[in-house]
Amino acid sequence: MALEITEPRPMGKPIKRKEDARLVRGQGHYLDDIKLPGMLYLALTRSPYAHARIKRIDTTRAKALPGVHLVLTGEDLAKLNLSWMPTLAGDKQMVLATGKVLFQYQEVAAVVAESRALAEDGAQLVEVEYEPLPVVVDPFRALEPGAPVLREDREEASNRIFHWEVGDQAETDAALRNSAVVVKERIRMPRVHPAPLEPCGCIADYNAARAHLTWYVTSQAPHAHRTVLAMVAGLPEHKIHVISPDIGGGFGNKVPVFPGYVAAIVASLSLNRPVKWVEARTENLTSTNFARDYHMEVQLGADRQGRVTALRVTTLADHGAFDAAADPTKFPAGLFSIVTGSYDFPVAYAEVDGVYTNKAPGGVAYRCSFRVTEASFLIERAMNTLALKLQLDPAELRFRNFIPSERFPYRSPLGWTYDSGNYAATLQKALDMLDYPALRREQAERRARGELMGIGISTFTEIVGAGPSNTFDILGIKMFDSCEIRVHPTGKVIARLGTRHQGQGHETTFAQVIAEELGLTTDDVIVEEGDTDTAPYGLGTYASRSTPTAGGAAALAARRVRDKARKIAAHLLEVRDTEVEWDGERFTAAGAPDRAVGMSEVALAAYTNLPAGMEPGLEATYYYDPPNLTFPNGAYVAVVDIDKGTGAVKVRRFVAVDDCGTVINPMVVDGQIHGGLTEGFAIAFMQEIAFDEEGNCLAPNFMDYLVPTAVETPHWETGRTVTPSPHHPIGAKGVGESPNVGSPAAFANAVVDALGHLGVTNIDIPLFPWKVWEVLRQHGVTE
Amino acid sequence: MRIAVTINGKPMSADVEPRTLLAYLIRDEFNLTGTHVGCDTTSCGACTVLMDGTPVKSCTVLAVQADGTEVMTVEGLEHNGQLHPLQQGFWESHGLQCGFCTPGMLMTTYALLQRNPDPSETTIRRAISGNLCRCTGYQNIVTAVQYAAPLVREARTLTTEVGE
Repeated sequence: MALEITEPRPMGKPIKRKEDARLVRGQGHYLDDIKLPGMLYLALTRSPYAHARIKRIDTTRAKALPGVHLVLTGEDLAKLNLSWMPTLAGDKQMVLATGKVLFQYQEVAAVVAESRALAEDGAQLVEVEYEPLPVVVDPFRALEPGAPVLREDREEASNRIFHWEVGDQAETDAALRNSAVVVKERIRMPRVHPAPLEPCGCIADYNAARAHLTWYVTSQAPHAHRTVLAMVAGLPEHKIHVISPDIGGGFGNKVPVFPGYVAAIVASLSLNRPVKWVEARTENLTSTNFARDYHMEVQLGADRQGRVTALRVTTLADHGAFDAAADPTKFPAGLFSIVTGSYDFPVAYAEVDGVYTNKAPGGVAYRCSFRVTEASFLIERAMNTLALKLQLDPAELRFRNFIPSERFPYRSPLGWTYDSGNYAATLQKALDMLDYPALRREQAERRARGELMGIGISTFTEIVGAGPSNTFDILGIKMFDSCEIRVHPTGKVIARLGTRHQGQGHETTFAQVIAEELGLTTDDVIVEEGDTDTAPYGLGTYASRSTPTAGGAAALAARRVRDKARKIAAHLLEVRDTEVEWDGERFTAAGAPDRAVGMSEVALAAYTNLPAGMEPGLEATYYYDPPNLTFPNGAYVAVVDIDKGTGAVKVRRFVAVDDCGTVINPMVVDGQIHGGLTEGFAIAFMQEIAFDEEGNCLAPNFMDYLVPTAVETPHWETGRTVTPSPHHPIGAKGVGESPNVGSPAAFANAVVDALGHLGVTNIDIPLFPWKVWEVLRQHGVTE
Repeated sequence: MRIAVTINGKPMSADVEPRTLLAYLIRDEFNLTGTHVGCDTTSCGACTVLMDGTPVKSCTVLAVQADGTEVMTVEGLEHNGQLHPLQQGFWESHGLQCGFCTPGMLMTTYALLQRNPDPSETTIRRAISGNLCRCTGYQNIVTAVQYAAPLVREARTLTTEVGE
């Protein structure tokens, strides 16, 4: 049962969420709820072709439509040097197409009108003449000699964007040659989409008299967006006010800057009126970024006892028409080098080649700390194949390869220093929750009867919380985060952070952290995010970084407040600073615990009754640059039954034991796990942004891109082990993405496990019933 | 076209284009922004409202079809400053995260409890299968409805007794 926000010592307790007071009343304030006087609406004309030369654009009819105020094309933007914009990945992307289009639904023209409907009407009236060009959909084909070079703006006459590698190739190859057993597998993680329920959008409100832009935007990183805007559009940064209102889910989708945003800003600058652009669902699924699309090939070597000797991974990454990946700038393949996972491998090597194709640009880190999902899926699937090859129980194989708990901090062969973990205990807990031996016996009995039951294990390790800033930056801006705390005279607190929540519950959890440090209740602390004029600079919320970075800043800013409060308390208690003790709720005089003052009394004194010479006020700001990343981990086990008549997979049970270090609010953590598992379930079984050979997007809406409903979503069973991060101020690691990172492999491993006795080692996700049925048919086990 | 609608018990009227959707009438004309729009294909249910007591996806109802009807939105759930048991249940059970699907979920489950005051988990899951949530995984939404059901039954009994 949830506890009230007036609960003392709130850390670690299931406190009811403060944000829900407005959200359950329908009084959330989302982007599209904002209506400004004189506001106009923007709609985009989009390309029906995946690759075509633009012969002619005629805006005459659109401009003539009553109610239309402005029509913009790429050529109009080119005059302002804005027809292209930089991406976070260091590439550039067309805002409105000039010369040619490179993916279906690409933005070609923008129409601004009195109403949403009129803007849509106008967008339909923009006439564009196209000359279709050969389309490259297959990323392997993109690298073949003779393939059309898609990006004529680049000097390189190739569709290769980058080659990235890590680890020791020669040693890895030698180790593989000398291994008793080597398994190979091609593992594909298909293109999917974060698809938050609220689409992306913005309102650009330029005021010419003040030469000032207020930009309301669905942004997970408002400060970063302000700086990017200042750099790209040439507006002075102090005259840009970014407001990110309540966000209806983000999952990484709301990190990049999109063409619609730029078009709305240009329109507002031109018209000196507020301009709103909100994408429709189809626009969201087809153009504002995607995730994954990794084609991976793995080799895993081992000795006869199942001790892994070497890991080698080769990857082709399909980035679409522009490399709009939202990764830290020095990491073109994100943190894919976490691919050695939870295991102590002697040597490893991984390489990734990024390529252009005629698909929407991306990809974003969808509920994932930059390609960690791809890496975790790969290694967890590969371990399953190795277990099958060795005829070893997949749990036992993991126990034999886990990094032992006493080896932390652990230096991985690909260069990361893992902070903490107790992997064997975490897996054992999951196995105990299920009575794993009994399940294996049941599986054997069912198999003897011809039934298909599978048990899939995934024991993943994530890498989250970017910074530290010496390693991580976005376009040069270092990835720290921040918190500013002001204690009012009556002991009530406002805290502002550089992050921006989208449903994670920061208004409650960060209030708990601060309240705990200051001896207050959650009710006493208001947490505010998303307004660049008031919040301290920060890099935003994604990659499970809020608690590792801003959460650390919140604790340390509160401790700074407490340090000053201690001096004031000494003054009030008439003792020396060194004679004041903090009991978690109050300051007491050493040796006389009945002489005490609470934070409220101290706060009042900070404004009314200060020690001589002390600066008035009680507030602090902390910019926290973490010394290392954090490494949340978990053990997930899925139990499935496969219908031999239809190929449908029923998830009978799913146990998720997570270790995210110190838990701030267990109710919120479980909620994050439930949600992430549901997204992982969708990725494993029903979602793919697929294309036909002409580059037509085959999943442009929620009828073709399936989001699981309450009916097919399994019941989730959660558990926890707690291994605090030794370097984080409160020992917390971040949790929002673990379930999405760790679960797809558990589902896929369970399905393969059900068919392992037939020699099946891999089926590409999504595991649609028809696809599973086809495998059953090939092995003659359909009914 | 001039239409008249009773919204949350209040008579309202507006001039609308024939193509105006009920969702936008509610949001843009009547400024009740608790009703959200999350897709263009009647899939997500964030726009669910009650029209003459029946849940409808207001993005797929023309405003003119609502002429003469009684519409109830999420803003109509709170009564005399008291949250509806479902709103209490969603809050208590952590049945929401980003809150975007919540108004639609509340309206769908409100209608469910009207017709079935003691629904099983399966019934609840079926009832909300036209409402998508990307955050919660539905489990806590089911718990929220189970929390609310006895409170709604109790309130109904009380009302009946007072009525008698």
